[in-house]
Amino acid sequence: MKTVFAVILVSLASVTLAQEPLVFDNPEQEARYIKLTTELRCMVCQNQNLADSDAPLAQDLRKEIHGMMLAGQNNDQIITFLVDRYGDFVLYRPAMKGNTLALWLIPGVLLGIGGIAVFFTVRSRNRKLIAQRQEGSN
Amino acid sequence: MIGRLLPVIIFLALGILLAFGLKIADHKTEIPSPLIGKQMPAFSLPLLGQEEMMVSDQDLLGKPFLLNVWASWCPTCRYEHPVITDLAASGIVRVIGLNYRDEAADAQEWLRRFGNPYEFSLADLSGRTGIDFGVYAAPESFLVDARGIVVFKQIGAMTPEVIEQEIIPRLQPGSKVQ
Repeated sequence: MKTVFAVILVSLASVTLAQEPLVFDNPEQEARYIKLTTELRCMVCQNQNLADSDAPLAQDLRKEIHGMMLAGQNNDQIITFLVDRYGDFVLYRPAMKGNTLALWLIPGVLLGIGGIAVFFTVRSRNRKLIAQRQEGSN
Repeated sequence: MIGRLLPVIIFLALGILLAFGLKIADHKTEIPSPLIGKQMPAFSLPLLGQEEMMVSDQDLLGKPFLLNVWASWCPTCRYEHPVITDLAASGIVRVIGLNYRDEAADAQEWLRRFGNPYEFSLADLSGRTGIDFGVYAAPESFLVDARGIVVFKQIGAMTPEVIEQEIIPRLQPGSKVQ
């Protein structure tokens, strides 16, 4: 049983972030760092976040973010730093503004259209069923 | 009537959406630079091969130039090298290198082997200036005007078409670059 448990633990360890050891001032800062780097896109391998990527640029940017955190910068300052250089594309959670409005609204609109379609389909089916039943009873 | 047409309409709408998506996907990896129209980032970097000489962004003002980001480890830089060489030889615009995240010895060996088209190369061995320029994949090229404003960015290999259609028009008298 212990062996099984150990194997599971080891395999879990391999999913940890692709990162070099970093020293933080406190655990809160480390948690903030992990959260922030998982929400930022690696520009080299664009479907990976900064935390997971092994690309040299991702390593550089992690170092940069770590340094900025130790220097007392907040998340907004760090995000502004990256957006100024790489654009909104670095954000996995883009800000809501003119050119990202469609991105935010389309899922809701689609859901609405789907809901309306379901409503009308169900209603017409109900009517048919009622009509059939009435025919049957006549 | 509408009920019968609806699947056709949905099919067409989906088709248009997917065609649009495919068109976007062609350029998906090219990310528009937020630097366009802005002052180039400040830097002070040693020259490759003359490390005692420092060059800053202020030193480059006065004439438009193309900043070509290259590295000896970058195969596409090797591929675009003849195009950059021709552009530099034509004298249309100053061509300055930014040797990005490289080893100085490897970089100099690369220039010896394939030829050095650059007026000079700035040595950004740590890649820190590259971050300020938003570089994420060499080669990249920035066209900077005489006032130091970034007017165009090419991501990936420079081609004769890009020089013809994007670089030269921006260098004409009367265009904003002058």
